[in-house]
Amino acid sequence: MSMTEAGTRAFDVDAIRADFPILSRKINGQELVYFDNAATSQKPKQVIKALTDYYEQTNANVHRGVHTLSIEATDGYELARTKVAKFINAPRPEEAIWTRNTSESLNLVAATWADVNVGEGDNIVITAMEHHSNIVPWQQLAAKKNTELRYLAAGEDGLLDVSDVDSIIDSRTKLVAVTHMSNVLGTINPVAMLAEKVHAVGGVILVDAAQSVPHMAVDVQELDADFLCFSAHKMLGPTGIGVLYGKYDLLEAMPPFMFGGDMILEVTYEDATWNDLPYKFEAGTPNIADAIATGAAVDYLVDLGMDNVWAHEQELTAYAMEQILSLDNVRVLGPQDPALRGGVISFIHDTIHPHDLGTALDQQGIAIRTGHHCAMPLVRSFDVVAAARASFYIYNTKSEIDALINGISETEGYFSR
Amino acid sequence: MTGGMSGLDDMNELYEAIILDHYRSPRNTVPVDSPDIDLEVNNPFCGDEFHIQLKVDDGAVAKVGITGRGCAISQASASLLAELVEGKSSNEVHAAVDSIRRLLKGEDVTEEERDVLGDIEALEGVRKFPVRIKCALLSWVGLDDALTEHLGAEGV
Ligand SMILES: Cc1ncc(COP(=O)(O)O)c(C=O)c1O
Repeated sequence: MSMTEAGTRAFDVDAIRADFPILSRKINGQELVYFDNAATSQKPKQVIKALTDYYEQTNANVHRGVHTLSIEATDGYELARTKVAKFINAPRPEEAIWTRNTSESLNLVAATWADVNVGEGDNIVITAMEHHSNIVPWQQLAAKKNTELRYLAAGEDGLLDVSDVDSIIDSRTKLVAVTHMSNVLGTINPVAMLAEKVHAVGGVILVDAAQSVPHMAVDVQELDADFLCFSAHKMLGPTGIGVLYGKYDLLEAMPPFMFGGDMILEVTYEDATWNDLPYKFEAGTPNIADAIATGAAVDYLVDLGMDNVWAHEQELTAYAMEQILSLDNVRVLGPQDPALRGGVISFIHDTIHPHDLGTALDQQGIAIRTGHHCAMPLVRSFDVVAAARASFYIYNTKSEIDALINGISETEGYFSR
Repeated sequence: MTGGMSGLDDMNELYEAIILDHYRSPRNTVPVDSPDIDLEVNNPFCGDEFHIQLKVDDGAVAKVGITGRGCAISQASASLLAELVEGKSSNEVHAAVDSIRRLLKGEDVTEEERDVLGDIEALEGVRKFPVRIKCALLSWVGLDDALTEHLGAEGV
């Protein structure tokens, strides 16, 4: 087991909670219970400090100065890249491209790699449980290129239906784009198996790891992922920064995404040549401060150990599933077996609409997500238009789950008055 | 960890008794035969969806039927709408929608306007929950637009 997985700091939830200033806030006079982690996580003071330290001590532009501050800013920016690359076990740091978020990473691949490599008569395979960010770019591309967009279905059990995978992935499949963990169902998908299938027909696999990288040890080499996308803001880091991992040779062969400063090697009045990786994909002044703070977020998770993070969330998920399923009027979408899912639990109350439940829980200090969770076709396939969702992270506790269960019961009492 | 019902009592303004009553037993939910106006309104953000049907006679609403699903606020609001519009002219409906918009934004609404709104005034508490204003306005705005368009097309 590597250092990343094992961790160097004891997994002590009280000590972890003390690192998150926002957790001492009161919401509507109640202690905050933050269960909207799948939307974005809270930030520890180490990450916030990395941001203020940068602006107070180091601020300068990168890659273009010989002065001390510029050199320090460049070093910090590149060190953070090395950290995120190592975090997902990328063979080389240049394979980690900074983007704005998962959505931009996905759009980058659609606009560059897919624009060149996908054509008429080919097909792209996605799944029925994708986030809109991993549906719409492919719909657009498919329409533009006269390419077929195929779906692997989600079964009623919330698991990916792979019974017909060998006919859906065929010799014309150029790309499989799949979420590692569903942001609605919590389902963990068989990425390595899909990678093997698509590689066998000469295609590539893109993994939407927005919900997996924050919560479990993810190894791009073990998965044999060609592309892998995630956002810092869901893993203790700041908003406005994300990562695209791509295999070196693929990135090298791809055209640039945007044009401008930093991404060029040489410019004449007539033409330009492209810079080396990763800069070819980082036009203009990058998000230096947030990249550095993302490095701090990775440090925080590595200190805890991703296996410990995952074990903690599995324990919470098992407990929450048991508690929620014991309620008479509630059903849970997705796999009922906690071992097959991550800490994202979407549920439907028979009589209370998710929005009314969301407002009532907010009154009790409990933050959950309500709505379609950016996965409208999936939510609709369960014959509902909206769901409530509780999602967990390192600072959550069983007593907070008790508060949620109690909050649901209080809400039932309120609406039957 | 939480303080029980005390927190929920703060919602009483949002979920007034009249609102809960309309939510539980919505009015005018019978589909209208060969309607003049037949529209679906939805708010993809919450997943609320309503099917609004109207029979229009001489520029006034002769019959209305509203069915759908949504949260307590959007359902109660649709039911209150269904109750109000029957017999009203398009101008009267338009004026009512205008006053309810102002009511929800916390702007001035005259006593005469409040008289016209009647029970609908119960929606006023929604303004303390700004994210829920859309729920309350969903069916109103849809119907107002449809009515204007329909009468415009008829040249009334
Ligand atoms: C599975 C999945 N993919 C993609 C995204 C989009 O992430 P972002 O909004 O950071 O681009 C999300 C976030 O909600 C997600 O859960």
